[in-house]
Amino acid sequence: MTTTTLDQAHPAKRSTLVEWLTTVDHKKIGILYGASAFIFFLLGGIEALIIRTQLMGPNGTLVSPEFYNQLFTMHGTTMIFLGVMPLSAMFFNFFIPLLIGARDVAFPRLNAMSLWVFLLGGLFMNASFLLNAAPNGGWFGYAPLSSRQYSPGLNMDFWVIGLQILGIASLAAGVNFFTTILNMRARGMTLMRMPMFVWSTLITQVLVLLSFPIITVALIMLMVDRTFGASFFSVGGGGDPLLWQHLFWLFGHPEVYILILPAFGIVSEILPVFSRKPLFGYSAMVFSMAFIAFLGFGVWSHHMFATGMGPLADTFFSLATMLIAVPTGVKIFNWIGTTWGGSLQLRTPMLFALGFIAMFIIGGLSGVMHSVAPADLQQTDTYFVVAHFHYVLFGGSIFALTAGAYYWWPKMFGTMLSESIGKVHFWLMLAGFNLTFFPMHFAGLLGMPRRIYAYPAGLGFEVYNMMATAGAFLLAISILVFMYNMWVSARRGEPAPADPWGGATLEWSIPSPPQEWNFTDEPIVTDRDDLWAQKRAAGVRTLPEPALSDGKGIHLPGPSWWPLIVAIGILIFFIGFMVPHTYAFPFGPITIAGFLLTTVGIFKWAYEPPDANATHH
Amino acid sequence: MIRPLRNLTRRPYPLLLLGAFCVLAISGCIGDGPYPQSTLDPKGDYAEMVDRLFRITVYLATGVFILVEGALLWAIFRFRGKPDDPEVAQVHGSTTVEIIWTVIPALVLALVAVPTVKTILETGKVPATSPDGQAPLKVEVIGHQWWWEFRYPEYGITTAGEMHVPMGRTVDLRMKTVDVVHSFWVPQFAGKRDVFPNRETRLWFTANATGAFPGACAEFCGLQHGRMDFYTVVASPEDFTAWVATRQADSTLNPSGLPMTPVTDSATLAMIPAQVAEGEKLFLTKGCIGCHSLSAMTPMKGMTGPNLSGIGARRMIASGWLENTDENLHRWIKTPQLVKQGVLMVVPEMTDAEVDALVAYLRTKQ
Repeated sequence: MTTTTLDQAHPAKRSTLVEWLTTVDHKKIGILYGASAFIFFLLGGIEALIIRTQLMGPNGTLVSPEFYNQLFTMHGTTMIFLGVMPLSAMFFNFFIPLLIGARDVAFPRLNAMSLWVFLLGGLFMNASFLLNAAPNGGWFGYAPLSSRQYSPGLNMDFWVIGLQILGIASLAAGVNFFTTILNMRARGMTLMRMPMFVWSTLITQVLVLLSFPIITVALIMLMVDRTFGASFFSVGGGGDPLLWQHLFWLFGHPEVYILILPAFGIVSEILPVFSRKPLFGYSAMVFSMAFIAFLGFGVWSHHMFATGMGPLADTFFSLATMLIAVPTGVKIFNWIGTTWGGSLQLRTPMLFALGFIAMFIIGGLSGVMHSVAPADLQQTDTYFVVAHFHYVLFGGSIFALTAGAYYWWPKMFGTMLSESIGKVHFWLMLAGFNLTFFPMHFAGLLGMPRRIYAYPAGLGFEVYNMMATAGAFLLAISILVFMYNMWVSARRGEPAPADPWGGATLEWSIPSPPQEWNFTDEPIVTDRDDLWAQKRAAGVRTLPEPALSDGKGIHLPGPSWWPLIVAIGILIFFIGFMVPHTYAFPFGPITIAGFLLTTVGIFKWAYEPPDANATHH
Repeated sequence: MIRPLRNLTRRPYPLLLLGAFCVLAISGCIGDGPYPQSTLDPKGDYAEMVDRLFRITVYLATGVFILVEGALLWAIFRFRGKPDDPEVAQVHGSTTVEIIWTVIPALVLALVAVPTVKTILETGKVPATSPDGQAPLKVEVIGHQWWWEFRYPEYGITTAGEMHVPMGRTVDLRMKTVDVVHSFWVPQFAGKRDVFPNRETRLWFTANATGAFPGACAEFCGLQHGRMDFYTVVASPEDFTAWVATRQADSTLNPSGLPMTPVTDSATLAMIPAQVAEGEKLFLTKGCIGCHSLSAMTPMKGMTGPNLSGIGARRMIASGWLENTDENLHRWIKTPQLVKQGVLMVVPEMTDAEVDALVAYLRTKQ
């Protein structure tokens, strides 16, 4: 028999390191995503602190202009692609199979490959700091500044190639989760019975699948411009720099929703549980999210009002952008409606979820202000915009991801996070966040442009910058408190029961942490909040603690080295494009070596039996 | 460790919320002005239209903010429960309520949309005539890494770092860049407009106050994006005409700033201080003349540096970052890389005395 039966009594013989490097278990992959993303998040945070220290007072001289430009470029790139997206991916990985009652994702080895490609891409991009050549052209890489002519160093090569690599990880994960959600739901879980986080993940993957190809193509064009001397974006060769802006934002705006929709989903899971009341207007929540995602592809040029597109385009993109406020408003009202008449349990996850709503309202309102094209001509590229998108990205995404971390930590690791430390974390983060970013609205309206490494005295920016800097350090302290909380939980955390919060969804029906096969018996779903329905049917508040099983007879895919090897091959392949092309043959030896490694890896992967390295019982 | 924290967090919410609110409220009014680059104090028609629109959005956003955050806070305080509370009514939604809170925001947005479209159309077209009855004054704005050039085709003059415009006459800006994308921002008068190497972009305004107003590049344009400022100098029509005449008088000088016909009159020659004469010689021999024209009129091709006509009278040097004092000008010429790392100006080694002579010479260019 080649069935894989993993037994608690017969642990695998592989070392822990090998086990994690070859794992295809969505839960381990989720934890690796989370751990790497959290470290990248800390790096991005340190970059932010240096930026804030430089801008504390006028004419800051802490860092050179060159290093400052590298810092803000890497801060933005890191927080978006290496922080928020993979932190969301952590929850996709760990919880989508649990929420839909599956034993793994549709393509477990592809899932491992996504992880390794992401991690290697992130390390690659940050390795640029070691060469003193970190990307310095902004996270948006506008042409022609990003061309070889104006950015001759390796800096923007790291950016172009790093993003390209990260895009592969996102696309592979997009295919995987789209398929997983559509094909692997437990019996009885119709689409309209799916938990809202599953819906938000599904819609996010649609956005990824439709928008990442755009940036992929744009990055290939830019890479070919830089490496082979083409001229898609350079005027001298008949190209057009504005084309880059359209391609970038055609990706960039859906990307904004890729960052926020998972947050919507997390909050939509937490609010009902801690209000002890179902989500208000489930269908409206689904359709509003789908509508936001759809509109997200029709508003990209609101990032470009200052380019002077003319009254017709300005009008269209203004009105389309305003229209997004309607479904977004529906979501906010429905969240408040969920709490209305409930019995609110203000535990830490709930505090962060409520904090999310409160902060996201502010970011949403300033977003509507930006949709007003003539007013945006004053606001765009100022600190007002910096304030706005931090209210949606930090006040929105990060608050929700933190809520999710507190909510799901017990399930992931089997211990509780401390409530009291969690509350200190929440209030410090709320205060630090507002102190950092609210004054930026004023700095921007008073005329402070973005991305300047210093500002002169006498323009009235001083007070607001001083406040923002103080707030940034308060925020940093709140993150330290969070880390302390994780450490305490890991050291001596209270053991978590299967269902510590009175959950409504399937992940709370299995032990904390889940066993490798998740569900010993595949669940059959009969209701939208299925666990609540089960409890109601049984007339109890908490179901009895589920028993651990030996998992006999359960098939699971075996671990594999090939995803990691393919990821390394992809990295090497792209590194070959970093330097201007000088070979007679179109590709250099590094590219060819990477291509061969990738190809061999894919073949070996394809012909490896699904349970090749599995521990046999 | 954990016990005192617990005490601290027992009932802090009202207090902390009050604190958070104070941060928000105070941060709006503790600024120590003045705010010369502010968007909130328009000095021109275009900016006034934008400002009116902006204020509508602020009022509506504030109203929505108070209502929605109020509802949220109310729900938090009103519906706060205890762990052993009985089950509450399991409401799944309400179509009526949801229709109401879909339609009302849509109506509120319509209140914003109508003036938005109106303003887009109003600002989208350069007026054919300016309020003073003349045709608008065309000014060509050219972005460079990292300074701004201004050309006045009507008068044939070129300048840099300071855009002089008359009060009351509409200015019609025709903009482009010679290198990367920049964004020209005149917060007091209009908004910002990006400049491209392959297409002309437009912006316009009519200034209604005199004075010198700082502006900045607003699109990241490389190493010294942070130091690409300029001034808009609004003068009364008479003063502006006088300024134009002064600049045009430069046309009696050749591009190096020397009289078209060399001074031979020994009395005139004797009046030129030796240091200035030395500075003039250095300007010609040390390579300055290779990039910088001293004549505002029809500068020669290949003048890649800022036009220096009237440099002695400009407010700022190094793109709005250094006050135009002799000491700063000396520093700027002697060690440009220390003042503004990466600046494209290349200077040969010069003694302090030589630099002083150049400063003295440039100072005569009023």
